[in-house]
Amino acid sequence: MKSKPKIAIIKFASCDGCQLTLLDAEDELLAIADAVDLAHFAEASSRLDAGPYDVAIVEGSITTEDDRLRLLRLRDECRWMVTIGACATSGGIQALRNFADHEEFIRAVYATPETIHSLATSTPIASHVRVDFELRGCPVDKSQLLEVLSSLIAGHRPRTSTESVCQPCKRKGTICVVVAQGIPCLGPITQSGCGSICPAFDRGCYGCFGPTVQPNMAGHSQGVLLPRMSERDAVNLLRGFNAAAPSFQQESVRLWQITQTRDSTR
Amino acid sequence: MTPIHLGNNSDATSTSSKSSSNHTQDRNQWPHGFLPKEQFPAFIDLLNQSFDEVIGPRVDQGAIVYDAIRSASELPHGWTDVQSPGVYRLERKSSIDDSRIDPSCEEEYFGYNVGPHSWKKYLFPPLTTLMKSKKTTDGWQMEMTAEPIRRRVLLGVRACELAAIAIQDKVFLTSGTVDPIYQTRRNHLLIIAVNCTQAASTCFCTSMNSGPECRSGFDLAMTELSDGFLVEVGSDAGQTIFESLKLRTVTTDEIDRGRTRRARAVDQITKRMNTDGIRDRLLSQLENPHWNDIASRCLSCANCTMVCPTCFCSSVDEVHELTDDEIVRQRRWDSCFNVDISHLSGGPVRDTIRSRYRQWLTHKLATWIDQFDTSGCVGCGRCITWCPVGIDLTKEVATLCEESS
Repeated sequence: MKSKPKIAIIKFASCDGCQLTLLDAEDELLAIADAVDLAHFAEASSRLDAGPYDVAIVEGSITTEDDRLRLLRLRDECRWMVTIGACATSGGIQALRNFADHEEFIRAVYATPETIHSLATSTPIASHVRVDFELRGCPVDKSQLLEVLSSLIAGHRPRTSTESVCQPCKRKGTICVVVAQGIPCLGPITQSGCGSICPAFDRGCYGCFGPTVQPNMAGHSQGVLLPRMSERDAVNLLRGFNAAAPSFQQESVRLWQITQTRDSTR
Repeated sequence: MTPIHLGNNSDATSTSSKSSSNHTQDRNQWPHGFLPKEQFPAFIDLLNQSFDEVIGPRVDQGAIVYDAIRSASELPHGWTDVQSPGVYRLERKSSIDDSRIDPSCEEEYFGYNVGPHSWKKYLFPPLTTLMKSKKTTDGWQMEMTAEPIRRRVLLGVRACELAAIAIQDKVFLTSGTVDPIYQTRRNHLLIIAVNCTQAASTCFCTSMNSGPECRSGFDLAMTELSDGFLVEVGSDAGQTIFESLKLRTVTTDEIDRGRTRRARAVDQITKRMNTDGIRDRLLSQLENPHWNDIASRCLSCANCTMVCPTCFCSSVDEVHELTDDEIVRQRRWDSCFNVDISHLSGGPVRDTIRSRYRQWLTHKLATWIDQFDTSGCVGCGRCITWCPVGIDLTKEVATLCEESS
């Protein structure tokens, strides 16, 4: 891109944590503001220019009909769309509703359920419109976000690794918590990007960056999770920030069905 | 003490590895001596005074890892490990009931087996900056990054690890292209080997003819006894240190005790891999349905290749700041288990876990021989222990080639 790209940062259902990652890039923020035209970034500025935009950076998932229509309009107003974070790329933690009775949740939580107009599911942006690049993470990683921005400025596709969380662990010298401590970990089937933080603090990976390109979910459950935890606990581990990422979802549903079949035969 | 001259020379253009100089001479020509345990801490101090860095074993994160050692008190005295496929447990030798442990040697400095780290990280670093380029008014200015030379001691190198270093010497120094980073680091090493006196259930160096006794490729080699170390010299650099230690000669009793202790390691190795004609046997099984069975268990997470002391794959990335005025070229460990590594025009060549595992195993044990005239496996067992699902390549090879394991 030769001239300064006009960028809008737009949110849907989300906690704003990924936008905060951008604000957290204090050392780079002035350079970013200098290199791009931040036309719409409500988290940082009251300047809210209307489209069209060169790039829309989208945080959050689609959980209401209003948001779905707003997203369709946004797609028409931007040349490229980049989604950031687990909500935008897989539906986020709020996609736990996809596995339950949405109406029941509304009745249990709200004093006046009739005023709530939300969809029965939380879905990623790419389920509704064409997305040019997805950046994973809950929240996204600062250096990966800067890579996305700098590649937009330089005009090439962002280079983010698709390797497993295990590989940064090994390069850093972090000792495998599965092998040395028997801790269940989603690292082998989770895409890297966070810098493999949790295993360095004696915790298993929570899967914040979603599944790898070709995750062997059943093999992972069989070899890593189930020798160390119950099927129910494995379901809960898989139903985290990327619960509705297709491979995580299919595996948690499969494990859940195993527990149901066992309960019914008791 | 007199200056220690490392390697066969300091000529950065030389492609020959240091192991070619002295280590292959008849071992009996070199002197042997006895280092009492009381003098061992002073020996570590001497090494620290004479070198920039002493790398050795220490306890960290529930395992015995390789890191900088500043005094003998940092070594894993009295610690050991218990290993099986997918399982590693750090234990106090005195607190476990295991017939493999010699009751007379519960308080050893080197009473453990190989762990999650390998010496590879000091010769072929996991992440390295190769080059920087800066945009100036006169165009791009390239700057090759030269690492500061660090003279390192590798303390506690096992026979399988010496074999692994010899294999990486072939890969990085003598197979055509010289890797300058590897070469500089390699030329400034002092290798102090330690003979194994026990073995893990995952060890199979005897099948790969790489151990457990250290025969070449070291400057000094030690065998730990309850009261001291038998010290053997393997090079001129080792000789210089040996002389400064002023060790007394070893007694017949000490030689016998050393032999008995080394034999314990041989006796404890139960894992086997039949390497007779393995290249042809494995390559004749490319369509064996058992690859599918392995692929149902393998996570393609790449842990095996990261812990392997001979795996050498890397990728090079250009990393730049927001404004692309400065670009840094970085090399990082990569793996044949990553989909992207075989990405060519049109997509990845090895697009399934089956094809990636098959590539790794057949390269390691078969086509590596075509490429480097040696197997890529030294039988250290790391890929077995550190596979999170405990895949054991010796069993897979036996099944693929239809042998009784």
